[in-house]
Amino acid sequence: MSYIKTVFHHPSLKPNKVGYLKSDYRGVISTLCAGCGHDSISGAIVQACYEISLEPHKLAKLSGIGCSSKTPTYFLSNSHGFNSVHGRMPSIATGANMANKDLIYLGVSGDGDTASIGMGQFVHAIRRNLNMVYIVMNNGCYGLTKGQDSATADFGSISKEGNPNPYQAIDLAGLALELNATFVGRSFSGDKNQLVPMIKAAMSHPGFAFLDVISPCVTFNNTKGSTKSYSHVRDHIEATSSLDFIPFQEEITVDYPEGESAEVELFDGSKIHLSKLAPDWNPTDRFTAVNRLHVAKSKGQILTGLLYINPESKDLHNLMGTSDQPLNQFKQKDLCPGSEKLEEINREFR
Amino acid sequence: MEKEIIVNDLVVRFANVNGTGSASANEMFAKSIFRMGIPVTPKNIFPSNIQGLPTWYEVRISEKGHLGRRAGIDILVGVNPQSLKRDVESVRSGGYFVYDSSKKLHEEFIRADINYIGIPMIKLAMEHYPVPRLQQLLKNMIYVGAVATLIDLEIEVLKEVIAEQFAAKPKIIPSNYQALELGINYVKEHFEYPLNVRIKRCDNNGDSILIDGNTACGLGAIYAGATVMAWYPITPSTSVAKAFETYCKKLRIDEDGKKKYAFVQAEDELAAIGMVIGATWNGARAFTATSGPGVSLMNEFIGLSYFAEIPVVLINVQRGGPSTGMPTRTQQADLISSAYASHGDTKHVLLFPSSPAECFDFTIKAFDLADRLQTLVMLISDLDLGMNNHMSPPLAWDDDEKYDLGKILSAEDLEEMKEDFGRYKDVDGDAIPYRTIPGTHPTKGSFFTRGTSHDEYAKYSELGEDYLHNVDRLAQKWETAKTLIPEPEFYQKENRSNVGLLFFGTTTYAAVEAMELLEEEGLMIDSIRVRAFPFHQQVGKFIEEHEQIIVVEQNRDAQFRTLLINELEINPARLISVVNYDGMPITAQAIQSGIKEKLSVESN
Repeated sequence: MSYIKTVFHHPSLKPNKVGYLKSDYRGVISTLCAGCGHDSISGAIVQACYEISLEPHKLAKLSGIGCSSKTPTYFLSNSHGFNSVHGRMPSIATGANMANKDLIYLGVSGDGDTASIGMGQFVHAIRRNLNMVYIVMNNGCYGLTKGQDSATADFGSISKEGNPNPYQAIDLAGLALELNATFVGRSFSGDKNQLVPMIKAAMSHPGFAFLDVISPCVTFNNTKGSTKSYSHVRDHIEATSSLDFIPFQEEITVDYPEGESAEVELFDGSKIHLSKLAPDWNPTDRFTAVNRLHVAKSKGQILTGLLYINPESKDLHNLMGTSDQPLNQFKQKDLCPGSEKLEEINREFR
Repeated sequence: MEKEIIVNDLVVRFANVNGTGSASANEMFAKSIFRMGIPVTPKNIFPSNIQGLPTWYEVRISEKGHLGRRAGIDILVGVNPQSLKRDVESVRSGGYFVYDSSKKLHEEFIRADINYIGIPMIKLAMEHYPVPRLQQLLKNMIYVGAVATLIDLEIEVLKEVIAEQFAAKPKIIPSNYQALELGINYVKEHFEYPLNVRIKRCDNNGDSILIDGNTACGLGAIYAGATVMAWYPITPSTSVAKAFETYCKKLRIDEDGKKKYAFVQAEDELAAIGMVIGATWNGARAFTATSGPGVSLMNEFIGLSYFAEIPVVLINVQRGGPSTGMPTRTQQADLISSAYASHGDTKHVLLFPSSPAECFDFTIKAFDLADRLQTLVMLISDLDLGMNNHMSPPLAWDDDEKYDLGKILSAEDLEEMKEDFGRYKDVDGDAIPYRTIPGTHPTKGSFFTRGTSHDEYAKYSELGEDYLHNVDRLAQKWETAKTLIPEPEFYQKENRSNVGLLFFGTTTYAAVEAMELLEEEGLMIDSIRVRAFPFHQQVGKFIEEHEQIIVVEQNRDAQFRTLLINELEINPARLISVVNYDGMPITAQAIQSGIKEKLSVESN
């Protein structure tokens, strides 16, 4: 790793619509191992936020514990961040979201943090359709404690320790689909072209947007027999589609060939444009997604892309019927019923 | 022989089967006595079960206003065959056993020293009502009518309470009245009434209300401006959540019919407190309610709240421990586990209410303290206070009162600030730093909250000096807390004895009565009721001023005594314990005899 950070900006780099340079979205220097997939994902987050002209203070970044959960310090320094406890980021995100529905909540977790200790909170955040982006930086191992297999390590995958994993893997994207998550995508840290628009689309989705991003661990799980190594992932990747995210009111400048593309309009008028690589692909059909995922798995392929989106998604606030004004902005006069009301209540108890 | 007539000093206990609607009938009985101006203390002694197990409802009636439990049952209404033997045994000598005489009472249940009053409850119910469920429900009203007549309860008051209870279903009022009459008439035709233990209208209840502590806590949270509640169902705290939601539906709906609150039933207690932390971190007032097992699960997050300095209000309605323990019985046994919850050096502010009115006040206080001190504050209630109705001063709110939201920087504050914002920097000497809420300012005031060790700027640091600087400030903040917590209450103008009685929470009712009993016997003692942890300096002073301190509490290991020894460095020999931990609220008699026994041992 390098401790020297460049401050040089290429003159062609312009501020975005809200006046921020890409560098304004950066964080402190990463302390992860050189070549770690997580750093690429951090880069993709920076890129996505810059491109959609997000004001950094309108986003809160949250994480649990582990290598992946350290990354929120490596992007968006002008955003509030919360590195919570192991596996419990979803509950922090839920509370934060309840308090202020107007921020974007970006949760970052790892496969240990989500598929093991945090499984309970993960599935319940999906169940409630909490409005957040939930990225799992999935490397199939516990990096910070030196490479133990995680629950997403594939059956038979061999990590640095040299023993084939005897247990079945938990497929988080498959699980999310099973639980009716309203936005499910899978990507690869090495595929920025796919990942950046997917993060942008996830941020626009009003509900739980889950991204399972395969992110190789260069130190403990980049070995020959590992199914989460750079080379294995590159060799076995199978994309459903390539996608563009077009924010509302932005002009579509690319010509998409007819018949090979699909468009999904989001609630705010933004569009996701998919160039379909598989002819029968329909990202709003959950059954196809589940099926394709199983077929790919049986062939040893890693299916990537936007697997499923529910354009009708209603988030938790919507389901609960909370006020349009964020709850943290109500003042005492809006919340305290006063002494007269209390006297009325007292009378109920006499 | 003429029996002595005892007026407005009796205990009536109903022995029922749970799930038969008896609790609501018994509650109406208690409320009617309350309406007659006589102080009353009902206690629902229920099983951890929905239907079919023994349940008791005990009503203490005391013109003097003694609200604790009293030993000795004057009238037992035994309608549960499962518990008949124990129920018969529990009646005081000379007392009354009211039973269902539809079947003959077996000889083994006959005691020579008590009186038997047989009412053919189920027979009467079957004669008058065709539907079995109705027979069961109205059987309850039949015995209420009978007992009311036996003790001279004003029937009109009872009818008024019944009418209010069923205001939403007025159709069933006549059948309830009819059942009541069946019981009344049976007594009038077959027995001499009223009994020598009876009640008589008085005017001792003033503007008091009859309410449970959990409802008062839920209301307190609404008055404190809580907008987020996250919780997981657990006896005996569930009704805090229920009260919060019920009253929010009435009091917290905006012009568009939308909710000015979020009520989240979490997947477990870990998530519940996580949600509270997330919400308060993000600038809302939020809270959770749980019991001992829930607090055990919350320990990890409690440490985060302490170390990352995030306000949390936690209402701990204690039940019998350890483990699953006695979920439907009361104890004060979560004191050490609450005071020092979580790993590492941690300590937490605890508030000990002893009445529903104080549940309301202290819940509001808990929010102010949590925001001011940026830490977790626990309200320590218990099953007895939380789930039973108590006679209490009315809930009170002063419209001039302003929430203390603590040290939060606004966008304007950040704009005007000359120095760098340091989240964990003590800029004014009270050891409490300023915080910012996410989304406040585009470029200023952001920081990274973490449970790892950090420097004044919230940056990760493994340097020993940074760590010490931070945790020593937290210790200093603990000193600040001591100046903000509620002070103790005293029961004498000035000290008059070298023996002091120390108690807190629901033990108060029985302790105050015990004090009077001892005084009648010529033993004068001074008393103090502790209302918060850390201990107010007046607590230490009171202990210093007395040779011996009797600490009354409801757990086996005298945990409160341990806290006193640990925090105030008191010679353990000076602290004498009187404990009660069978799951039933402590009685004045238990305290009285405990004190006499311990003091005589000490003086030998």
